Amino acid sequence: MNDARIKQPKDMAEDTVWVQEISLIDSIPRWIAMSFVFAVFIGVWQLVTGLGLVSPIILPTPWETLEDMIFVGKNLIAGGYLLKALWITILEVIYGFALAITIGFSLGVLVGETAFGEKAVMPYLVAIDTMPKVAFAPLFVAWLGFGIESKVALAAFIATFPIVVGTAAGLHAADENARMLFKTMGASRLQTLIKMKLPTGLPQIFTGLKIGAVGVMAGAITGEFLGGGRGFGEQIRMAASQLNTPRVFSLILYLSLVGLALYALVTFAQRKVVFWHKEQVGSADG
Amino acid sequence: MNTEPSSEIIGAPLGAPVYELANVSKTYARNRVVALQDVNLTLHKGSFSSVIGSSGCGKSTLLKIMAGLIPPTKGRVILQGQPVKGARRDIGMMFQQATLFPWKTAVENIVLPIEIRDGKAAAMKAFDKAHDLLDVVGLKGFENVYPNELSGGMAQRASICRMLITEPAILLLDEPFSALDELSRDMMNMELQRICREQDATAFLVTHSIQEAVILSDDIYVMKPRPGRVAEIIDVDLPRPRTLNMMTTPKFGAIVDRIRRLLDKGEDM
Ligand SMILES: Nc1ncnc2c1ncn2[C@@H]1O[C@H](COP(=O)(O)OP(=O)(O)O)[C@@H](O)[C@H]1O
Ligand SMILES: [Mg+2]
Repeated sequence: MNDARIKQPKDMAEDTVWVQEISLIDSIPRWIAMSFVFAVFIGVWQLVTGLGLVSPIILPTPWETLEDMIFVGKNLIAGGYLLKALWITILEVIYGFALAITIGFSLGVLVGETAFGEKAVMPYLVAIDTMPKVAFAPLFVAWLGFGIESKVALAAFIATFPIVVGTAAGLHAADENARMLFKTMGASRLQTLIKMKLPTGLPQIFTGLKIGAVGVMAGAITGEFLGGGRGFGEQIRMAASQLNTPRVFSLILYLSLVGLALYALVTFAQRKVVFWHKEQVGSADG
Repeated sequence: MNTEPSSEIIGAPLGAPVYELANVSKTYARNRVVALQDVNLTLHKGSFSSVIGSSGCGKSTLLKIMAGLIPPTKGRVILQGQPVKGARRDIGMMFQQATLFPWKTAVENIVLPIEIRDGKAAAMKAFDKAHDLLDVVGLKGFENVYPNELSGGMAQRASICRMLITEPAILLLDEPFSALDELSRDMMNMELQRICREQDATAFLVTHSIQEAVILSDDIYVMKPRPGRVAEIIDVDLPRPRTLNMMTTPKFGAIVDRIRRLLDKGEDM
């Protein structure tokens, strides 16, 4: 009698089938949604400039900006003076980031792994971190001159702290069981650090690297604004002083591509290295 | 005192003492909680003992002290004739969470104790042995799967293999299956019994399931809280090997009853 019930369910009316409803706005595909927001943005921009609500010196039209972007793009492709300027900024960013990773990771391990670092170093790091770091820019210029070095230093200075914090937090992420397990396996402190604590903390370390990647760009450009040199930041400053607003806009947009590329590089490395972490699955398309 | 003759009568000769704890006490300095007070126990080679008690009565503390992970405030712990001073490699441990490392495949997780002890090359050589162990716990074919693709029960099976790969003389188990559903837990318990017999391992299990303690153990230490102490030691003289069917016998029921009453008395205090 039980068998019969299992095999032959009563016919169910179609309308009892539950179809989950997704509201219209949530079902819009990503590219359409993004294009829509972009179109609205350009539309408002065009409207504001087209109606003459603001002076063209303050805000160029979208078309003027596009024209200038094409000009800058051609100059970049042709290897003109803008490419040379961009290359200098890229070098500052690369050197600054490499320096920040080296120093940040080392300090992070010192602070996260040793009681001495936690007690004696961390308080000072926190104190420095709360300062507005760009205020150090004139000092770096005074110490290192108007060349690339002062920009690299400021970029590295800004990017180091999130990497220290990420690394230290990552080293504390391992749970008690994992630590006990490694002890019963007879692991040395170095083995525990390399084979357990560091891999466990990679998600936090990468979070620090991502924040650092954003900071390193800001540091390099701020350094160029305040310390001259021949980088992209100097080009922006010059264009602004000549009231060439379309140029400022297009330079900023090209610069943001560099920042985006660096961020994407870190994210790519994260997906390769921290392939097991859930967050990566969730935000894989975001 | 007269253990020799009485053990003959039961028919299960006692092995040599593996663990000897004398007057072990632990007060946590941080909050002055007396987690353990004067615990005495002796585990014999090849025996299976359990410790049961409500949560917070010091079971995990006892296990950590036995494993040399934390020092006792007072008392003596001897393992295989040597005083325990720090973590020891002749111990295999398991916790409620499988604690597999997500960046390693199942087989890489299992050979981790060998990797730590003897290096990467030795760990690679142990892959065959790890495969055999996975086979024993019914995980054949899951060698190269990452832990986040394993269910809770499968992950615990893999962590059993990791515990066994170095053939430890003693297994310390802290509620290893209490996160599993009842069906899986019964199955895992039977496997655990078989493995212990095959390897002639001495096992010490922390649990808060009376049934689990009775079906697996030769001795059950009943603990009471505040301060954590052993209130009673119960002999389980059900024949071996144990089967799940024994859980329906009157004898099993009587032992379960007795322990439940002991624990209830603990609650009243
Ligand atoms: N690291 C610790 N520091 C301070 N108190 C602790 C610590 N670990 C456990 N305790 C306390 O000791 C008592 C026993 O804990 P535990 O051994 O974990 O009990 P059980 O495993 O039986 O649940 C509890 O009251 C708990 O709060
Ligand atoms: Mg516990």
